[in-house]
Formats: sequence, structure tokens, C-alpha cells
Amino acid sequence: MNKIKLVMTVNKKNVETEIEPYARLLDVLRDKFGFTGVKEGCGIGECGACTIIMNGKKVNSCMVLAAQAQGADILTIEGVENSDGSMHPVQEAFLEKGAVQCGFCTPGMVISSYHLLNENQDPTDQEIKEAISGNLCRCTGYKQIINAVHMAADNMKK
Amino acid sequence: MPLMGTKNYRHLNKRLNRVDSADKITGRALYAADVKVPGMIFGGSLRCKYAYAIIVEIDTSKAKAIPGVYAVLTAKDVPKTQSWADYPYLSDGTVRFVGETVAIVAAETTDLVEDALKAIEVEYEELDGVYTIEGALEKNAVQIREKGVGLKDGLPDKDKKGNIFYDSYYPIRKGDIEKGFSEADFILEREYKTPFVEHSYIEREACVVMKDPDAGIVTAYASAQNPFFTRRYLADAIQAPFNKCRVVQKMLGGSFGGKEELVGLMVGRAALLVMATDRPVKMVATREESFMESAKRHPFNFKYKAGLTKDGKIIAWEGTQIANAGAYNNQTQYLNCRAAIHSAGVYNIPNIKTDTYGVFTNNIHSGAMRGYSSPQIIFAQEQFLNEIAKEMGIDEIDLRRKNILKQGDLTATSQKLTAETITLEMIDHMVNTTEYYRKKEEYSNTHKSKEKRKGIALVSCYRGSGYGAETPDAGGSLVTAIEDGTILINTGLAENGQGLKTAYTQIAAEGIGCTTDIINFVGVDTHSIPDSGMTVASRGTVMGAQSMRKASIDLGTLLRETAAMLLKTDPDKVDIDNNEFYIIGSDGKNKVSLADVCNTRLWTGKAMAVYNWSEPGDLGIDHHTGQGDAFPTYSYGVVVAEVEVDMETGFVDVLKVSSGHDVGTCVNPDTVEGQIYGGIAMGQGFGVTEEVPVNKGQLESKNFDSYIFPTSIDVPEMEAVIFECDDSAGTYGAKSLGEPATEAVGAAIAAAVANATGVPVRELPCNLERTLLGKSLSKGGMIK
Repeated sequence: MNKIKLVMTVNKKNVETEIEPYARLLDVLRDKFGFTGVKEGCGIGECGACTIIMNGKKVNSCMVLAAQAQGADILTIEGVENSDGSMHPVQEAFLEKGAVQCGFCTPGMVISSYHLLNENQDPTDQEIKEAISGNLCRCTGYKQIINAVHMAADNMKK
Repeated sequence: MPLMGTKNYRHLNKRLNRVDSADKITGRALYAADVKVPGMIFGGSLRCKYAYAIIVEIDTSKAKAIPGVYAVLTAKDVPKTQSWADYPYLSDGTVRFVGETVAIVAAETTDLVEDALKAIEVEYEELDGVYTIEGALEKNAVQIREKGVGLKDGLPDKDKKGNIFYDSYYPIRKGDIEKGFSEADFILEREYKTPFVEHSYIEREACVVMKDPDAGIVTAYASAQNPFFTRRYLADAIQAPFNKCRVVQKMLGGSFGGKEELVGLMVGRAALLVMATDRPVKMVATREESFMESAKRHPFNFKYKAGLTKDGKIIAWEGTQIANAGAYNNQTQYLNCRAAIHSAGVYNIPNIKTDTYGVFTNNIHSGAMRGYSSPQIIFAQEQFLNEIAKEMGIDEIDLRRKNILKQGDLTATSQKLTAETITLEMIDHMVNTTEYYRKKEEYSNTHKSKEKRKGIALVSCYRGSGYGAETPDAGGSLVTAIEDGTILINTGLAENGQGLKTAYTQIAAEGIGCTTDIINFVGVDTHSIPDSGMTVASRGTVMGAQSMRKASIDLGTLLRETAAMLLKTDPDKVDIDNNEFYIIGSDGKNKVSLADVCNTRLWTGKAMAVYNWSEPGDLGIDHHTGQGDAFPTYSYGVVVAEVEVDMETGFVDVLKVSSGHDVGTCVNPDTVEGQIYGGIAMGQGFGVTEEVPVNKGQLESKNFDSYIFPTSIDVPEMEAVIFECDDSAGTYGAKSLGEPATEAVGAAIAAAVANATGVPVRELPCNLERTLLGKSLSKGGMIK
């Protein structure tokens, strides 16, 4: 099979590479560019560990062919920090509220929370639960994560 | 009320952000599958699809001929097929469970690994196996393991052939069981069952193994819950000395007891491929492989019989607890020690006779999963208690209050509970704060509804803290001061996501007197520190950290001596605050910094580190009677669950779980609450949705599309109640929590479902049919 030249923007930087037509976006991000914060948990779009934002939409990168990301604007966990390298309010809140245990679902959780707060600055409990319902966590029971999203929402309003 | 917050510590009993959170939140944390080294190739396993079969022939020639495929290994190519711990690296010629590895390959890319696995041709001759506990115990059942034994007069007997794993047999004999039943006014007998359950950590098993002359022969970077345990597999697989085989734990994405056997086997297989190819090899399990070869929570069949006086005192308790061990096993013998010790619940019963054992079947092996038998047995015992209360017409809380273990009582192993035991206070507090009786009354008004009914239930339980009589609970820690006034702490126990690094940082800071921010926890590297046993049994804080406490106190003493010398006073006149030593009562004028103290020690040739090895007290039970002191202390739990059941569909909505735990001393309320909330969610899954269905050894769930555990939308309202007590057995008085946090939740939910529907729950999970009918329709025909 012929390789495809893929050009996209990842975390505000233009990147390009050659990919197999069947390559998953998840693998390209991890293996070609070293964005290992994007995790693989299930490979079938159920766990959300590989969640990224692609052209403003939240997607499971294990379910996206890399070729579909041609020209796309992509945000991974590595791009969530502020430009000065400090943590984004969502990340600060995850730290402060004890929302992290093993941490494997955390990048996807942070991305889903970040995406929610971009669209809804004052989410209810139910809206937060729905926003992170595609991100499975086996450690936390979600409660401290939900608390963290509320805290981030409050801090982002200040 | 002994709620958290009355203890006086500098760093314990206080909230502290987890020390590893920032790396995890930013995506910088590196897990085993993130490791990449120069020249790295990829490994994979060919897995058998039969539950019991003989391998007639394996033809690897086509696979080997594929360009880019560097090695294809089968049993004949390796030093040994069976690991030190029973489980096979490669099948010895007979496969005994679906997913057993028959060949391993290494290739340039993961695509080529797949091509090579597909190109291997294997001819099997399928055999009739045994698949269930009932099937394994049938009179003429096929004997699937040579070491299996049979029954004689209903008990495991070494001289009989069969499928019982004899080493896992633990009897308990306390008092006079016949006398107990003869004096009873009321006797009830019931049976309960639990299924295979999957850990479902989000990170799959992964490793990179490479030749490493600096280490000796090989280094493995692995998603290992227990790096020293993994080293045993690494050295064993390639038959190399332990001191030349190094295992480095990478950040671990959850384990719950699961990243033990499969990670060890995977590292062993990768090492075999490294030796065959001379290239670094990465192996990452697919989720499906993880389901197929990672250990599961043991299914149990329980039979209990209790005798009570007419006023509700339990005076006789008889039980049989049989675990499904799967085809290979090196866990059930330890698990059943715990299951036996706890086989009569958290109750003070004078006459007990229980028998606990495991059976081999042609299934995936069972192993450690958060609780190590306790979620299963607490489910069964607590349903049984409620059935007794209902049959006798007495209040279920009164029944527990009347029988629960208190200070001074004897456990099932006749261990006297000498430490403060706050079980009655806990029950009262939980009953009051949950408004148990008001809600029970309110919910009972829904119990005639044909649509939605609500239910509430309370369960109580206890758990021996740490290894106890299972195996010596010893461990060591190294605390090192550095010339700039910072501290390194190192131990053989591992951060598995539970918060061990953070707890140990607080414990070390407490001992030294320094702040937590100058302490760095060295991740586990088996070349850097002696083996401290496994990070299991919720022992990390209660027992494992004893050596960290002692080493840090001793280092603090050394540092204070130098500070006193510099301040020209006596060490007992010196204290430390904010990393500065000062003369007590000098209004802070005479001070010397921790950095100056450390620097002085370095350049005057004084010891900069303390290594402490901590051994447990004398514990042990008699193997024939199960009598003796089983654990250094016990953690107690009282959990209240409230549910709403849709009587048309059987759907169980868990409304609220209030979970109360006696943790002795709470090291960090944030992480304690995190354990409790996570434990509630995992217990909800165990109670309501989670089961790995097996059909003649074939797993019918292999990924999260069909294996369902709670999402953020499913979890109930949660209340964590942290009790503390005065008990000196554990580190700074702390007790176990990791497993207690989940072990009673499934039981409480099942009991609440029974309250709502009026139908006792005798098998988990409470899926739609079982909830409404008390039995599963799809499993109506038992497979033997």
C-alpha cells in the first residue's frame, strides 16, 4: 500500500509525516510524534483514555484514521498547559481536588473537562457527569474529578 | 464519636496533594507502553482458542520465513515452559485454558507480529474438560492437573485423585460445633455464588525488556504491581541469576491485584525473545489478551449454616467456601488462608467449623483482586445474616449489634481483640447519619409498587490488616539525606496508583520533621533496594511503612545530633521547623538550616542514610484447626446502600452509598476519601453489573463494550465516613483501607436490592433477571 503524506497541526505546531493508510491517529500521535500522554486503554472507543480534541470536537483517537486528520487542528494533553508552561485551571483543579489516582485515564479526563468548560462555563453536576461519561476511571469513583471540574469552572470565571 | 481529626501530627491526618499528580495531569508521566529504546522490536503471543486440548503439531516455518520476523519460539526452544509460579510461559503440549500461549514471536513492527502469529499453524486435539466448581467436584470428573486431589467424607484428601488444589485447603475448628447446633433454637442453611470479575485497570499490561550490560544481563521496564515478584519471572524464564536481572517499575496505570502473573509471564516471554534476537523487545497486551490471561477475582460457591438462640445470639456457624482457581494457580493457597480466617464474618461466635478450598478448572486462573476473597465472602455472609433476621423476625441491625466483635472478644481463629474496637459506635453512627430507620420505613411504602421500589441495607465487616498469617509482613526502607538538604526515600514497595508515594512522603516527613516538598520517592528499581515483599494485602501503609517510619525517625535523630553540634547544645534541646533546626525556647535566634546540617555531615564523614528493616510480631495459625493470632490488627467497615429497583426491567439504580471505615490513623484524608469513593464504584460494579461470563472456558466478555463497570453517570451519591481509633499495631496507628474500601459495597447493594424486592439475592451480580426472580434465566442450564 502506498504511504500517505499527512500534514496537521498538533498543539499549535505544524507537523508532517508519512503514514500507512490504515494507521490510527492514536498511533501516529504516540509513535511518530511522541505524544505519549495520549493513552490507549481499550482500542475500541469505549474507555476514552485516548481522547483528544480534533477541529474543536472531542474524539477517541483510537477510532480515527490518521488520514482523516489531514489538515486538522489537534489538541492533546501536552498542549493543554498555558503558554508559559504553568498548568491550565482544569489541571490545577485536578491537582488540588485529589482527582488523580493511577493517572492513566487522567489525560482523557482533563481533555474532556477542558472541552466542556470551553463550551459551558457554568456546568451542573449532571452536565459534568455527561461530559466525562465517555472516560472510564477505575480508581476514583469520579467524585473528586467532578469536584475538580466545578473548581476549575469557578476559577476560570475569576 | 471517634471520627477523624483528633490526632496530633505534623504531617499525618492532613491533606496533601499527591506527589505524582502533576506529571499525570500534564501527560508527562511515562507508563510502560510509553517506553521506547533504540533498536526496539515488538513481541506477541499466539493464544490457544480451546479450553483443554493436546497440541498435536506446531508448524512455525511460514512465520519464520516472513522478512522482518526475527524469532518464533515454542516450548522446544526455551529453557523451561512452566514458570516458578505454576503458570506457563509457553504450553508444555497440553493447553488448559483459552488463551494459553503456545508460541511467541518477535518482529520489526507490530504489523509483522500479527502476520507472523497468523502464519503459525497449530493442530490440536480437543479434550473434555471441567469448567465449573460443581463440575470439578463431580465423582467421575476428568482430573485436569496431576496435583489435584479428591474428597473423602466431604473433605479434601491427599490420597484421593481429583481437581482440588490441596495447598489451598484451610479448615477452621473453634469450640464444639455439634454442641453449638444442639443448643440452638433456630437453624438456617443457605447457598450463595459469585462470578469471575475483571480488574479493568485502564492501563493494559506492557513491558520493554532489553539486554543491559550495566545491569548485568537484562533490564525490564514493566507495568509491574510488584517489581521483585516480576524479577522472579524474568530470571526464571531465561535461567539467569537474580542479581543480573533488573526490573524497573514504570508509572502504573492501576492494578488492584491484577498486574502480577500476566506481567511476570509477559516479561519472561519478552526476555526469551530478547535472548533469541539480541534486540530490545516491547510487548503490550491488547485489552482482549488482558482479559484472557490476567487473573480474575475468584468465583466462590458458599454454603453456610448458622444456629442461634431465640434471642438472636449466633452460637454455631458451619460453612463450606469453594473457590474456582482456574487451570494454573499460585494464589488460592494464600487467598484461602484469608478467606478461612474471615469465614464466620465479623461476629463473635463460640462454635465454628468451616472448610475453604479451591478447585482446578479449565478456565483463566483466579488471583488477587482488591479484597482477596473478602468481597465474595462478605456478600454471602451479609445476605445470610439478613435472611436469618427475616426468618427469625428480628431486626437486622439488632442481630449485628448482638453478635459483632468487640474489644476483648475472640475471633474465629480465637485471636483476642486487644486493641480499641469501635464496631458498635460505627454501627450507631452510620444508622443515625444515614437515617436508616426513617428511610427503611419510607422505602417500605414502595414495596408493593409494580414499577419502582426502593430499598436500604447496612452491612458490617472486618479485615485483617496486611499479610498477617499468610506470610511474614516484613519490609525495608532507605532514607537518604543529601548535601543540599533534600531527602530521597526508597523502598521495595510500589506506587500502584493508590497513593503510596504520597503516604510514604508524609510518613518520612513526620519522622524527620522536615517538610514534604523536599522529599523525593525513588521509583522501584530492583537493583536499588532489597525486596520488601509485595505491594498487596492493603499492607503498604499499615505494615510496609513501619520501616519508613523507623528509618526516617532514625535519620532525624542523626540530623538533630549534627544540628546540636553546630548550635553548641544538646540534641534534646533542638527541634526542627520549616527545615531549620533551632534551640527550643530561643525565640528562633539560634538556627541552622537542614541544608547546612546535611552539608556538614557529608564533609565530616557522617552517615547520610538509614536503612531500616522491620519485622512483624509473632503471628500464625495452626493449619489443622485454623486457630491462632492471625493479624496484627483489623480494619472495620460499616456500609449503608440505598437503591431503587425498576420492577418491570430489573434495572438497579444505586442511589446512595455511605461508607464508614475505621482506618486507625488517617494519613491523608484526600487519598483516603479517594480510596473510599473508588471502592464504592468498584463495589457497585461487583454488586450490579460485573461478571466475566464463561461458557466452557470461553470468555464471553473481552473488552469494555460488553464488560460493564460504572461510568460517571452510573455512580451513586457517595458519603465517606472516616473513623479513627487508638491502636498501636500499624504505622503511626494506621490500618488498611485499600481493600476495605470496596469489600462490603457489593454486599450492601445486594442486600438493599433484596430489601426493595423482597427476593433474597443469592448470586452476583444483581442483573435484571436475578434481581426480579432471584435467578438467572440465561444461566438456567448449568454447564458441567
